[in-house]
This record gives sequence, C-alpha cells and structure tokens, in this order.
Amino acid sequence: MPERIFSTIHDAAVDMSPVLARETIIRPRPGLSLPRLDRPRDRAELLLLLAWRDIKVRYKQTLLGATWALIQPLFLMVVFALFLHQLAGVPSGNVPYPIFVYAALVPWTFFSQAVTGGASSLILSSNLISKVYFPRILLPVAATLSYLLDFAIAMIVLVAMMFYYRVPFTAGLLWLPALVLMMVLLALSLGVWLAALNARYRDIRYAVPFMLQGLLFVSPVAYSAGLVPHRWQALYALNPLTSLFEGFRLSLLGSGDFSLPGLALATGVGAVLLIGGLVYFDRAERTLADII
Amino acid sequence: MTEAAIRADGLGKVYRIRTGRSYGRLTESLSNAVRAPLRSIRGLGGTRNEQFWALRDLTFEVPPGQVMGVIGRNGAGKSTLLKILAQVTEPTEGKAVLRGKVGSLLEVGTGFHPELTGRDNVFLSGAILGMRGSEIRQKFDDIVSFAGIEQFIDTPVKRYSSGMYVRLAFAVAAHLDTDILIIDEVLAVGDMDFQRRCLNRMSEISTAGRTVVFVSHNMAAIHRLCEHCMLLDHGRLLTSGPTSQVVRAYVEQMSGTAVRSRPQEAAITLEQVRLTRNGRPEVSFSNEEPISLEIEYTVRDVVKRALLGVWFSTIDGTVIMSAFDTDQFPQLLQARLPGTYRTEMRIPPGFLNAGSYQVRVVAYEHPKHVYDDRDDLVLDVADPSGESGTAGWGYRVGPVVPRFDWQMNGQSEQNSTLSPAADQLGRSR
Repeated sequence: MPERIFSTIHDAAVDMSPVLARETIIRPRPGLSLPRLDRPRDRAELLLLLAWRDIKVRYKQTLLGATWALIQPLFLMVVFALFLHQLAGVPSGNVPYPIFVYAALVPWTFFSQAVTGGASSLILSSNLISKVYFPRILLPVAATLSYLLDFAIAMIVLVAMMFYYRVPFTAGLLWLPALVLMMVLLALSLGVWLAALNARYRDIRYAVPFMLQGLLFVSPVAYSAGLVPHRWQALYALNPLTSLFEGFRLSLLGSGDFSLPGLALATGVGAVLLIGGLVYFDRAERTLADII
Repeated sequence: MTEAAIRADGLGKVYRIRTGRSYGRLTESLSNAVRAPLRSIRGLGGTRNEQFWALRDLTFEVPPGQVMGVIGRNGAGKSTLLKILAQVTEPTEGKAVLRGKVGSLLEVGTGFHPELTGRDNVFLSGAILGMRGSEIRQKFDDIVSFAGIEQFIDTPVKRYSSGMYVRLAFAVAAHLDTDILIIDEVLAVGDMDFQRRCLNRMSEISTAGRTVVFVSHNMAAIHRLCEHCMLLDHGRLLTSGPTSQVVRAYVEQMSGTAVRSRPQEAAITLEQVRLTRNGRPEVSFSNEEPISLEIEYTVRDVVKRALLGVWFSTIDGTVIMSAFDTDQFPQLLQARLPGTYRTEMRIPPGFLNAGSYQVRVVAYEHPKHVYDDRDDLVLDVADPSGESGTAGWGYRVGPVVPRFDWQMNGQSEQNSTLSPAADQLGRSR
C-alpha cells in the first residue's frame, strides 16, 4: 500500500516535470490524486479567457446587462427588510437592517451564483470536454471567477449605502481581501463537488436550487448569528458561511458575531470540503468524456 | 537512433455498457461506496454491467515526422485511439508516450461559442487548442485571411453561414504549431472547396516534418497523405506498414468474406456482398472501369414483393442513388423461389465521380420488413486524370458525372471550318 502511494506521487511528479523534449505520458491513474496542472502559464491564460467568455455570453443581448448583478441582492434586501424585520421583528443590532442584511447578501449572492454556475460548468462545456484536452478544473474555477464582476458591482452599491447610512469606514476594511478570498474558496469547494457530481448524476441540478435556499436560511444572512441559542452555537459554526458573513459584517459595518474559534472551525471544514472536492473531481475527470 | 514521437504499449480501453439508465444513480453509487469502500475508491465499481473493449492490447510506434493513417471499419476503435492520444479520455490499461508538443483536431470548431464574434472565437478556440495568446495575436491576420472572412470578423458567429463557420474554425486549427498532430476525419464536413483546402493544408503540414496521426474513411486522402497506415479491427491492431499494403488488407477485410451469423429464420439471407473487378474482390476502382457489385444470397421460403436494394452514400452519409434488382427483373416481385443465387450489378465506367462511397445492400419488402442488411462496404473511385473528384481537386463535381447529350445550333459569322456533321459555332439569336 505505501508503495502505491509513493508511485502515485512519483508518477505525478514525472508527469508534471518539463523534460527537455516535452514528453506526455498517458496511462491509467488508479487511486486518489489532485488535479494535475501542466503548463501553468498557458492554463492561467485559458482560465481568464474562459471566465471572460462566461461574462460576455451572460450579458450579451440583455437589456439591462450587468445591472442584473444588483437586482438580486437589492430585491432580497427589500423583501427581508419588509417581512423579516418590519413584520417579524428580526433585530439587526445597532446597524440599520437594510445595510445589515445587504452586507451579507452581497457575498451570499456571489456564493449562490458561483455554486450554481460551477455546478453546471462541465455540462455546459460538454462539447469541449469530449473533443480536446485541458485540465477540466478550469471550468468550474472560470465559472466561479466570472461572478466576481457581479460581486464588484454589488460592492460599489454597498459602499454607496455605507455613505447613505453614515457607516464609518474603519480599519476593519483591511480584512476584506482575505474575506473575499475565503468567499471564493468556499464557493469553489462546493462548486467543484457539484460540477463533478452533476456530470455523473444528472439529477443533482434539481437539488442545487433548494439546497441553496436552505443554506440561505441556515446561514446568518437575514439574521445575526447571535440569535442562535447558545447550545447550538458550535453546530451552527460548522457552516463555514457563518464565519464568512459575520466576518463581512464586522469588517464593513463594525459589528458582527464573528469569533476566532468560529473562524478556525470554518477554515477546517472549508479545507476538508475543498480538498475532498478536488480529489473527487480528479477521479471523475478521468472518465468524464465517456459519460458527459 | 531517434526516439519515436509516439509510442503506445498495450493500450486498452473498456466501456461499461449499462443496461437501463444511461446516467448513474446516486443512490446506487452511494450504496456501493458503503458496502465496498476500497473497491469503490479504486474505481472498480460494484455494479454488474457488460464490458465492451473498444481497444485491446494496442502496441505501435510512430517515428518523428511520419504521417500515420489509421483505418478500419466503423467501430474498430479508431476514434477511441485518437481520444486517448489526445488525452480526452483515459486508457483502462497500457501506456502511451508522446514526445513533443501535442495538438489535436477531433472536430471542427472546438471551443466556438455562437454568441461571440469571430475575433473572440479565434482567441478562445486557439487558446483551447493550446496556443498562447501571443501566438494567436501574431497569427491572427493569417488566420482571418486563410478563412477569407475579413469583413465579418467582428460579427457574432451565429450569424455566419455554415461555410464561413467551418472555414474560420479550420483556419484556427490549421495554424496550430505543434510537433504532433492528432486528426480525426475533420475533412468530412464542409463543401468541396473547403475539403480541397483542408487536404492541401494537411499536405503542407505533413511535409513540414510534423508527426501526424490521421483517421479517415476517405481512402483517397489516406493514399495522398500517409506513407504508413495502421488497420484496426474490433479494437485490435490487425496490421501496420506501408499504406498500399495496409489498404489492400482493408480491402480484403471489407470484401465481405466475414461470415455473418444470421438468425436462421430469415427468409432471405445475404451470404456475401462484395465489389469486384473481373471477378476479383476490389475496393478501389478507377473511374474509367466498370464497377461490379456481386451479391450472393439464399432464399429459404417463397417470398413475394421482396427487393434487393443497393444504396450509395457519400462519406458524410448523404444517399446519392439507389438501385434494385427488380428494375431488371420485375418478375422477382411476384415470387422468389427457395435456392441460392448470385446476382451482379454493373455500374458503367465514367458514371460515378472520384471519391469514397458507402454501399449498403438490403434484402427487404418495402417499406419496412428487412430480411437482411449489409452496410459496411466501402467503394473508392479514383480519377487518374485529376479532372474530377468529390474531394474537389478538379472541376467535375458532384457524385455522378454523366456525359449528357449536348445539342447546339447557331450560325457562325465567319466561314466555319467544321464539318457539316458537327454543329456550328456561333452566336445564337
């Protein structure tokens, strides 16, 4: 058994190392491994092209173009503000409810769109997959990255709202890049799983919308994490989105139920999901062209 | 001694044929994973399915700079081999080593998206095929002029005619600068002019010293481009060597000597179907000679209203003509009596244009009751004069090239030197 693991690592190293006359070795790869990336510079170029393709195609021939990026979070904000805050009395602490919920809706919208896009990324490019080789992992990554444009636009509106509600700009904002990275990685970890699963079991795509619906309410988007009773807090923190959204709130608005143990838990869960997803994706990739 | 550009060792690929649903069920896989986790991880799977070996024990070498053709019947495993070499799918066993940069063309227009402009698609498709951004920028003008669509480069590709689309797609592929090229029947699409340019371009590529693996049913193209060939059958390598030798082996294989086991209750069975020249089985003919199709069949019971039909199609599947033995012998419609028969259909010389055709023979009762069916026959017609060809190298185009009767009248204004028997040249009123 150890020899098998060693030879797998060895083969992976040989496959990736650039030999003088570039050599490609094709053989079955049993066991588990991470997706291989040959020629990283070329693949990075291709990744950006694929993301740009997704963006361009999404907004071509649309009436409102990229303003659609705003409508979803704003609409949800209004609905939540009216029904959950005004009607049902969900509190928002010392921050006005609209911006309280919007600060979490912006990363949430990215997450749900990126996961949905990632999940269908392989199916949509099935014609490519069956005809030409490139590391298939580029597809869900490109789909995820393409929603960063929408995210950026929604963030601009958020900044405008911060002016409107007179929320002070604090040093907490310096944490935003790290939070954005966490957001992208979390979306990727789920998206990669779903992409591979969806290619194999076509009924997955029906599960995605209501799974996301559930996640929307299980995560502290419309309400604060502090609302959760104490004895459920630990379980609640197992959801990495909890730390993500409260982190956004803390960074942008200065108040959020963010804790370091929660972050540690989120990082652990996220890492397991991501690595597991990449391994499963790599396994599925080997016979992808045969089943897609 | 230089190393082989491509070396394959015991390559094999198995497909599992699921009876029933073609997509997996999550519950099934999950229960397998729980019951036998290690086997599941190793990818062996627990479900009982039929196994189909598309490729088995394939070992060969292609030296650098050689153009290797891959021929064989439909289902022989040619496309599977290309997919494995192009790394689109993984082999089940064996190993292949490719030295040098690899480019693959398994389809025309890989990576094209209809909503994007021609310009965008050139970059996208080029990148997907493996070209660097800088390389594409450098070659961009060449690509566009090769395709001849300078005017339309900035309109969305969905507005292109199919000819423009295919020309642009091929133009991108034609500028792939790799050491090894894997090509699958790209020539089967497009009009004749396009096919001719494809062939010319591929000629250029092969003489430039690149290693090419080329799959085709078009024997004319194979003869023209490949010095060596491999013949595959049922996933195995039957023979490989110089093209003429391997094509001869292919011909012999195709001449219907394989015995098909048919359910004995069929009232008519086709025992042997083959193309012949002077009684000898052949697959390649010159367009100056007659082509014979010999059919041996057995009738078991008295059948009425049965026909022996022959259909000819071009390589892309378009049926161009059909013929029936009852055209000559209508009395067979009344009854065919039990016995063994041999019938021969003759196509006169100079009728079929140069090119490759698929021939299908069916014994049936119109419209649907089929007694027996053979559709794996390939006919190759060559034109030594180079005037004609469905591959578009000459001016006589179209699958059939009849010589019709032309009548002409009119008065020449000068004194004609033609004999009175010939029609005179002149301008018509």
